[in-house]
Amino acid sequence: MTKQIKFIQGNEACVEGALYAGLDFFAGYPITPSTEIAEHLSKLLPQKGGKFIQMEDEIASMCAIIGASLTGHKVLTATSGPGFSLKQESLGYAVMAEIPCVIVNVQRGGPSTGVPTHVSQGDVMQARWGTHGDHSIVALTASNHQDVFAMTVEAFNIAETFRTPVILLFDEVVGHMRERLEIPEPGEIPLVKRLRTAVKGGVDYHPYLPREDGRLPMSDFGDVHRYNVTGLVHDMWGFPSDNPKIVHGLLRHLVDKIENNASQMARYKTFYLEDADTVLVSFGSAARSALHIVESLRPRGEKIGLLELQTIWPFPADIVSQYCNNAKYTVVVEMNMGQVCQMVKTTVRHPERVFLANRIDGVFITPTDIKNILRLIKGKGV
Amino acid sequence: MAKAKLKEHRIDRDWCKGCGICVAFCPKKVLELDDQDKAVAVRIEDCIACRLCELRCPDLAIEVDTEEKVEEKA
Amino acid sequence: MAVKDYIRERFFPHLWCPGCGHGIVLNGLIRAVEKLGMSRNEMVMVSGIGCSSRISGYMDFHTLHTIHGRALAFATGVKLSKPELNVIVPMGDGDALSIGGNHFIHAARRNIDITAIVMNNRIYGMTGGQYSPLTGPGMMATTAPYSNIDQEFDVVEMARAAGATFVARTTAYHVQQMADIIRAAILHEGFSVVEVMSQCPTYFGRKNKQGSAVDMMKRMKETTTPIGSAAKAKNPELIERGIFVQVDKPEYCSEYNKIIERAMGGR
Repeated sequence: MTKQIKFIQGNEACVEGALYAGLDFFAGYPITPSTEIAEHLSKLLPQKGGKFIQMEDEIASMCAIIGASLTGHKVLTATSGPGFSLKQESLGYAVMAEIPCVIVNVQRGGPSTGVPTHVSQGDVMQARWGTHGDHSIVALTASNHQDVFAMTVEAFNIAETFRTPVILLFDEVVGHMRERLEIPEPGEIPLVKRLRTAVKGGVDYHPYLPREDGRLPMSDFGDVHRYNVTGLVHDMWGFPSDNPKIVHGLLRHLVDKIENNASQMARYKTFYLEDADTVLVSFGSAARSALHIVESLRPRGEKIGLLELQTIWPFPADIVSQYCNNAKYTVVVEMNMGQVCQMVKTTVRHPERVFLANRIDGVFITPTDIKNILRLIKGKGV
Repeated sequence: MAKAKLKEHRIDRDWCKGCGICVAFCPKKVLELDDQDKAVAVRIEDCIACRLCELRCPDLAIEVDTEEKVEEKA
Repeated sequence: MAVKDYIRERFFPHLWCPGCGHGIVLNGLIRAVEKLGMSRNEMVMVSGIGCSSRISGYMDFHTLHTIHGRALAFATGVKLSKPELNVIVPMGDGDALSIGGNHFIHAARRNIDITAIVMNNRIYGMTGGQYSPLTGPGMMATTAPYSNIDQEFDVVEMARAAGATFVARTTAYHVQQMADIIRAAILHEGFSVVEVMSQCPTYFGRKNKQGSAVDMMKRMKETTTPIGSAAKAKNPELIERGIFVQVDKPEYCSEYNKIIERAMGGR
């Protein structure tokens, strides 16, 4: 069988990844620069018997996918900054009620309406802390279409494994750029199926009691187990409780199930890091320029490498420490005012050796931009 | 049609909150609130088993238990 | 099945105040479902936030207690993804017509087969008696200490205008009618809206000197009348009860199945 090769937008690569992962329900609302995801799914989902619905707003879209996840479906919504803000309350609900679902945020310039058609990576911290209350979250990103595909599949797998919402933090450049995508054959990337309870009807089923391995088997709405799902703190049956022991236990569980598995969820790529004294840390489309400058400086003998993060949350602190602790210069390349840079600084042994190379003007950061900032950092002038 | 005949009013005293709705709207004034503000059936013989108390109880605290009275055939 | 087979008995007595109309709605809803003889496994109840929304926790269905105002959006996801389920959405004034007003009109417009029960007590009870979009002018609330100047929505007119294909109104006093209407609403294929006028003696009643729960229910009897009655002709102030709209129109999930057929059959 010959591989299917496409020349498409990043948003379409995300669609292909989602369908490969078994997506069968999408609810969304048009918003630049993510709209192509909804458009393509409106066509492709019903072709495989799945459902697409354009809801009345961003909030409703997020709520609808939660409802559809509970009937046993793999679900997705896609948005950008303003819509991502609107989804935050129901995203918190998905965290609290432990609903597997995937939310794409194709980032654009903010705050507010910002620069809708231009690139930004300014939602890193919103992805982490956008919804209220202590919690943990998973957010993945990618810099090219093959990785957009892979990370989308990964997002569904993590959502099912940990019963959690997973955010795909793409950006306008990746979303709209066209490049080659080779679609893996079925089975090439393993898929995590919904873990359903083996408990028979008539036997007490606990939707919120983790097994020994930490996973929580689910039961579809409509099946034999009738249970309660709520955004209130709840006991192992899903019924509200304000018992301090239960409140504490649930909050710990929600955070620990993500943070204690951070290394299992850490996805990243390394380029020329073996002997690097200058380590660029980047992600998403910015990592493309970072890699370009690394590859153009290497032939000149500069010991420079790139750590490309694909898992942003939970923050891969071990990986960042491993590659940056001994670097003379760690330079975080991102299109925001230092959201990942801050995290790197709190992670590494020598925060004073961590610098920011950024652009926040809606213009894509170029290799030349990075090169100029590197010269400044190293005191060589521009 | 067989007509329902009252067997008993089953009143759950833990669930009853003493709002008095059953007392006020009973067409035959069968029910009263006792000194603990719980509904009790005091004039059972007047009950026509219309079940309005059961249907209107906000606390699901009343069940009107009936048996079918088989009508005698002529 | 007996009434108690439909509820989660261990949570009773429930959390509502003495005389709260919401308990009577719960009661009527159980009677309606009991008569329909539907399996509990095919029933899903989706609710939002507020006194009314707590009804879901008491029913032994698949229950989804969500966030304020968004119950219909969650319910749309449940229903569209698994249309064979019967989805009931009990809502309060705020859930249905304030924070959730947009979802209400759009669910009605789509004509998705969901039964929405609007438990209209004209007040925000859970937060302690603030005015709602159904309070109406001249009424008192903790956030309208000089009396309310907000005009109220008419739930029936709103639902009709938005395209709901079943629209009815009843009250917590008229329990037999309530059970019959809810039953008809569940059976109706399409978006059904049942407004149940429900008393809140604790906040609305006390703030507006309407007396006890019993007094408030007597008032429901006196101020309402069946649709098109002679009494209404004489006294236009009376609020009509009954089924206002009951029409057949294409239902959303059925229509989507046609889309799937078209998409799979190569259009």
